Amino acid sequence: MNISIRRREIPLGWGALVVYLGALALALGVCAVLLTLSGKPGLGGLVILFRGAFGQGYSLLDGLVKAIPIFLCSLGVALSFRMQIWNIGAEGQFALGAVGATAVALALPGLPWPVLLPLMFLAAMAAGGLWGLIPAGLRLGLGVNEIISSLMLNYVGILFLEYLVFGAWKDPSSFGFPMTAEFGPGGQIARMGPALGLNLGKLHWGLLACPLAGVAYGVFLSRTRLGFELAACGEGERVARYANLPYGFLVLLVMGMGGALAGLAGSIECSATLGRLQPTVMVGYGYTAIVVAWLARLKPWPIAFTSFLLASLRVGVEVLELKLQIPAAFGQIMEGAILLCVIAGQFFLDYTVSLKRTRREDASAAPAQGERA
Amino acid sequence: MSPELIVALLAAAVHAAAPILFATLGEILSEKAGVLNLGVEGVMALSAFAAFFVCHATGSAPLGLLAGGLAGALLCGLHSLVCQVFLGNQVVSGLALAIFGVGLSDYLGTPYVGQATEGFRQFAVPLLSQLPVLGPVLFRQDAMVYLAYAAPVAVWFLLNRTSLGLGLRATGEMPAAAAAAGLNPQRLRAFGVMAGGFLCGVGGAYLSLAHTHLWTTGLSGGRGWVAVALVIFAFWRPGRAVLGALLFGGVMAFQLRLQAAGTNVPSSLLLMLPYALTVLALVFSASRSRSSARKAAAAPAALGVNIEPED
Repeated sequence: MNISIRRREIPLGWGALVVYLGALALALGVCAVLLTLSGKPGLGGLVILFRGAFGQGYSLLDGLVKAIPIFLCSLGVALSFRMQIWNIGAEGQFALGAVGATAVALALPGLPWPVLLPLMFLAAMAAGGLWGLIPAGLRLGLGVNEIISSLMLNYVGILFLEYLVFGAWKDPSSFGFPMTAEFGPGGQIARMGPALGLNLGKLHWGLLACPLAGVAYGVFLSRTRLGFELAACGEGERVARYANLPYGFLVLLVMGMGGALAGLAGSIECSATLGRLQPTVMVGYGYTAIVVAWLARLKPWPIAFTSFLLASLRVGVEVLELKLQIPAAFGQIMEGAILLCVIAGQFFLDYTVSLKRTRREDASAAPAQGERA
Repeated sequence: MSPELIVALLAAAVHAAAPILFATLGEILSEKAGVLNLGVEGVMALSAFAAFFVCHATGSAPLGLLAGGLAGALLCGLHSLVCQVFLGNQVVSGLALAIFGVGLSDYLGTPYVGQATEGFRQFAVPLLSQLPVLGPVLFRQDAMVYLAYAAPVAVWFLLNRTSLGLGLRATGEMPAAAAAAGLNPQRLRAFGVMAGGFLCGVGGAYLSLAHTHLWTTGLSGGRGWVAVALVIFAFWRPGRAVLGALLFGGVMAFQLRLQAAGTNVPSSLLLMLPYALTVLALVFSASRSRSSARKAAAAPAALGVNIEPED
């Protein structure tokens, strides 16, 4: 018997759903085994997780609230992944965005929201964007690997945030807690519920940024010249330069825009959910965003759906933490396991595997082929 | 600064450099075979726990060390499976591995936070430790540091003086040619990744067995990422990896001393130093590799590229 692997010519279509569900089931199975090993109910834990994530109206709303920053960061990350620029600095750009927005909110506390909020967003996008441009510039100018530089800048960005919150920006009336003063009313994004006369829990107007950014992303990629050139750059730098595409400009653009989107997410998170800056604003949305972007294969609608899915799982894990007394790291394990299983599963989207009966002498003539899988 | 203080600082630098050196050498093995493994951070975190757990349970530090190495090799085996069998993207699989490993380490380790273990203790090497300056800096360390002195030589020997090493390098440069020469690139890659994982695991084990002697979460603290960066800084050469690791060990030891001495500089700024320095080191090595000895400083040609199946 010989295993033959070929690139798939016809897309798998709905079979892809089976692959994704299978990968998800495998990852969740691993998590259930882990729960069992640490003396907790495995399957029961998964039931609690899913009830917590999707069981009630308010849990869905919670998921939606958490999906906002994940979606924005993920769009930014996906933009650069499309041209094989591995920006994993969303976490740091998020931090810088939060810092930028806070600087404006603390400096101009009296302004009304129609003036102050746009200023905060602009500052956040500028700060995040500039933070994203550093690895882009280093890569273009000196050939510095952007994976490492963007990741190192995450640590630097988060520590910078902490430096400010523990130092110059610390609220004197916070009893020593590392947090800034609360933003003025004009610096806080309001919740949607009261204005609409509905009970929408913690859902806030920051949600509006998502369709705006999503549509802009879709239009840019499918309707503009630069968007097409971006897709063409996905074949790699040498091809792009050979085809005379504006490779350097595109690298700066995707990293700058990615940083701006992550920065925007940071400002929304600070302004809407905390109303101030404190280190707890950093909960790893920037890393989840990378998981989301890859699971969704960089397409806008799947990114929206997957952001919500992983945000909901975060909500579910919080419930699980409380009910079963398990560490918060469980969520990370789940995200890592899902990503690993899905990457492996995506193999079946791109390749077909078939078993061929071969004659003995063929098999011995080409031993390398049989070793493939 | 008094001479005693400088000697103490240098000794601390060597101590802090050891785990980074192990991980950098591990990543060199993997990348020389053509597989980029960004999961080092997760591998170090998980093997730090595995080593702590076994040492805590059995009381034997060498067994703990072995457990750390094996945990590293196993986790990297997962990377090998995803990238080599399922042809997954190496960058993304590595990131997933980092997330998974750090999470698993935190999760499994939570019940043990604050618990201590014996691990490796420092002992003076007879005669050599009597040398002025070098003695106290190099030869009053723990057994794992002495192991770290041998590791770069072993990796260099493996890569440059054995047929296995030649096969590994060929696989990292041009797998098709290696296959044509009768080698098995897939098996060689799997070996590179898992042997590299073992070394990264030893680096992780160092953190819980020789660095802290007690379990806390977040023990790896970005060292895995620094190791990935140092591979580039080292131009994929074990000798330069020693230089890079010492540089980082020095900065880490220095900022810890400064914090302990109670300076006015806020600790968040001091903590930034190693990370900012990593970026600087990359900038430095990038400009070096552009100007001179370009060929010698280049990455393996097939690094990050999966071996596609032939029909």
